Amino acid sequence: MLIPYIANTDHDVEEMLKVIGVNSIDDLFVDIQPHQVPKSFNLPKGLSEYDCLKRIEQLALKNSTALIPFIGGGYYDHYIPAAVSSIISRGEFYTAYTPYQPECSQGTLQALYEYQSAICTLTGMEVSNASLYDGGTAIYEAVMMAMRINKRKKIVMDGGLNPIYRKMLRSYTHNLSIDFQELPVAHGQSDRAHIKNVLDDKTSAIILQNPNFFGAIDDHSDIIAEAKKHGVLVIESVYPISLGLLKTPGEMGADIVTGEGQSLGLPLNFGGPYLGFMATRKQLVRKMPGRIIGKTTDKKGRDCFVNTLQAREQHIRREKATSNICTNVSLCALQSLVYMSLIGKQGFKELAQTNLNKAEFTRLELEKIEGVNVKRSAPTFNEFTVELPMDASLVVEAMIADGFAAGFPLGQYYQGMERYMIIAVTEKRSKKEILDYAQSLKSVLEKLSSSV
Amino acid sequence: MKTIFDKSVNNRRGYFSPSSDVGLTAEVPQQFKREDDCQWPELSELDVVRHFTQLSQLNFSIDTNFYPLGSCTMKYNPKFTEVAARMTGFSQLHPLLPQLKQGETLTQGALEVLYEMERLMAEMTGLDHFTMQPLAGAHGELTGVMMMAAYHKARGNKKKYVIVPDSSHGTNPATVSIAGYEIISIPSNEDGVMDIELLKEKVTDEVAGLMITSPNTHGLFNSQIDKISEIIHSVDGIMYYDGANLNAVLGRCRPGDVGFDVMHINTHKTFTTPHGGGGPGAGPVGVTKKLEPFLPISRIIKADDGSYRLSYDHPKSIGYIAPFYGNFSLLLRAYAYILLLGEEGLRAVSNHAVLNANYIKEQLKSVYDLPFDRLCMHECVFSAKNQAERNVHAIDIAKFLIDQKIHPPTVYFPLTVKESIMIEPTETESKQMIDVFIEAMKEADQLSKTQPEKFAEFPQTTPVSRPDEVKAARELNTNYFSKKS
Repeated sequence: MLIPYIANTDHDVEEMLKVIGVNSIDDLFVDIQPHQVPKSFNLPKGLSEYDCLKRIEQLALKNSTALIPFIGGGYYDHYIPAAVSSIISRGEFYTAYTPYQPECSQGTLQALYEYQSAICTLTGMEVSNASLYDGGTAIYEAVMMAMRINKRKKIVMDGGLNPIYRKMLRSYTHNLSIDFQELPVAHGQSDRAHIKNVLDDKTSAIILQNPNFFGAIDDHSDIIAEAKKHGVLVIESVYPISLGLLKTPGEMGADIVTGEGQSLGLPLNFGGPYLGFMATRKQLVRKMPGRIIGKTTDKKGRDCFVNTLQAREQHIRREKATSNICTNVSLCALQSLVYMSLIGKQGFKELAQTNLNKAEFTRLELEKIEGVNVKRSAPTFNEFTVELPMDASLVVEAMIADGFAAGFPLGQYYQGMERYMIIAVTEKRSKKEILDYAQSLKSVLEKLSSSV
Repeated sequence: MKTIFDKSVNNRRGYFSPSSDVGLTAEVPQQFKREDDCQWPELSELDVVRHFTQLSQLNFSIDTNFYPLGSCTMKYNPKFTEVAARMTGFSQLHPLLPQLKQGETLTQGALEVLYEMERLMAEMTGLDHFTMQPLAGAHGELTGVMMMAAYHKARGNKKKYVIVPDSSHGTNPATVSIAGYEIISIPSNEDGVMDIELLKEKVTDEVAGLMITSPNTHGLFNSQIDKISEIIHSVDGIMYYDGANLNAVLGRCRPGDVGFDVMHINTHKTFTTPHGGGGPGAGPVGVTKKLEPFLPISRIIKADDGSYRLSYDHPKSIGYIAPFYGNFSLLLRAYAYILLLGEEGLRAVSNHAVLNANYIKEQLKSVYDLPFDRLCMHECVFSAKNQAERNVHAIDIAKFLIDQKIHPPTVYFPLTVKESIMIEPTETESKQMIDVFIEAMKEADQLSKTQPEKFAEFPQTTPVSRPDEVKAARELNTNYFSKKS
């Protein structure tokens, strides 16, 4: 049977079998005993490349990507410049592996060093690793890191942390003895009084998010100062695009910064691959999980890059490693680096400002609709919470017919918030789309309330 | 090469956002604003494209070089899977859509891909159910061991240890430890497989399970694997199959048929999704019926009318382990690859991978020490101990190969073999390419006899020579902006 990715001809096979000294390929598998062979192996017949792609295309057509997205929830519809895809499609990048041999991997290694640097200046931190799987697993890794540093077992989660991340954390730590304290959900800023009450000398870390899941912008400097009094480490999860304008976790004094890097040039891809980033202070670097690239010199004194501090990692330390992570998401890190390099210093400020302007315009338009409450207790960036006069999931469902993914209803994750949804407005939304959206919301509300 | 930050020029631009056409400029109150600007470089699009194109040319890759990196399965990544992954019907799909009311109707094609992958993988492995969620192989391991723990908890079992062979991948013990268990390590016997007598001695009621790679990291298939399963099952332990080497046994042996309860698959190995310079990967996990209730949520259900939906009502589930449904675009590539190959093609993958590895083993065993002289599966492990006596070590041979434009095999893993050189040619390499490699390996041995001192100078043809790793760790510089961090 010939498939296009196997090069050996019958003649090659014959010669190789002769060298090995067996009669057939089957003879190579004699270690597998007769009773160990598959009970069945019924798989479809192979397809030509054309037929296969046609089949995949048909499946793609069963998905709807025509809806205009006003949905975010931590995963955003930003424009990705064409050069990003062009660069990461180079075989020299995407068909290489982990740079264990630095002399023939300088392309990947230097890019990852540049990525770490770009993440550091983004977050205002001193050191970054070379990526983790996603924003949620990054928080889990940060929690494990914090507990290694101060040997404490209590973790406090702010109410504004993405509920998906909260659920992930719960699963991962279920079998470990950790005292989790989830602060109540409030869709404004973090509840200072409550936080002050729960932070104590047994607390390992507090997890904050900015902007929080409901869109509220905060300055956590005071909470961080309070945490430090008790030796509590502060993990801050951030939305990278907001940092074109907002105070960085570094400026606030955070110890460990994590985030979801999808918005830095990665397509939504129905959930992945995404990019978990993590940065910290230089004193804590030896406790950080994941690969870290360092700059050094070669024998002739030329600058070069290597995997460094590998004694933290599973391939060296086995059960004593800081994490079990091996393959991370290098290509996604590169993808984000190309994006960050194209956007540039000035472009980043403009991008963030455009997001802010369009979201604010949307909020003001929605405010004009009867029954829609967009009042807020804190400023917001490009996503905000809206209260509707009825179940938001019904409204979002009805707006699909008008061509909108209208937002994410909060009832699924928060009991009692069935009438709320969060709406994200990126730089891609035009004034016309926003006005059409407002019109659709208005008429859907009228229609639904008259039918009740 | 200069870094991209060194090339930055004030006020140069490489991109402009869509215009802010809404006629207002919003303000964030001053106290919430950053004070120091983000120092992303200022470059034209050409500057950026040229920088990264030049960087790419400093890499070895499958597309440019033979890459027999043992245990990593560096086979050719077919280009058509990239076309599939970039179809906008998938790439622009927001993962929250199917969680909206009636939203599943918007993503039927994507849910079908995931559902079909579960069925295909179940048939290939002999297990009953799969989750596509784990984001890489090691993440799959963690998911599997978490299910193991949930199983024992549900049964009221008091378990403390997981058994791991000494030849295992480092991720196995690391995963076990992170999941809250302790390790019992079992050495290999002289045939290079787990010593079953030693195993019997170590197994107690406190053993939660065993994690094993099959074929193992010596490239060997353990004929007693079902006996090992019996021993572990006799204490209600769970058999975990590390699927890193599944590519050796497609159509030849299914984990589910020889007693395994749970396994992960590295799609970037067996199903050739690109390695990406170190990820992203995907690590689907399969289980038998007894572990099915513990699978992560969400699950994908096929309704009677043929439509697909997400299901969350699984009270015994270990919960969320990923934000959504796995690394979808990688799973889609793997799906396309499986469809194209079909049953015969998948069998051919293992046949030719094993043929190529045995051919290398036979051709080099007169030159390099072969610790386990028997038929191997998809990879073979040599020791450079003879060369080391001449002060030429495995790492030196690796550097020699780089100058021959060949990516070195894995060296110093597995840890069970001194001076190990682990070679995995994969099925996509031709006899002619493999012959070039064999000649290069023989030449390295020859040179170790005549001019061993030359090896310290290799590699010579690369943009940089051997880096000073001690300096890298001591004068830690991981961030352009802090120079010495």
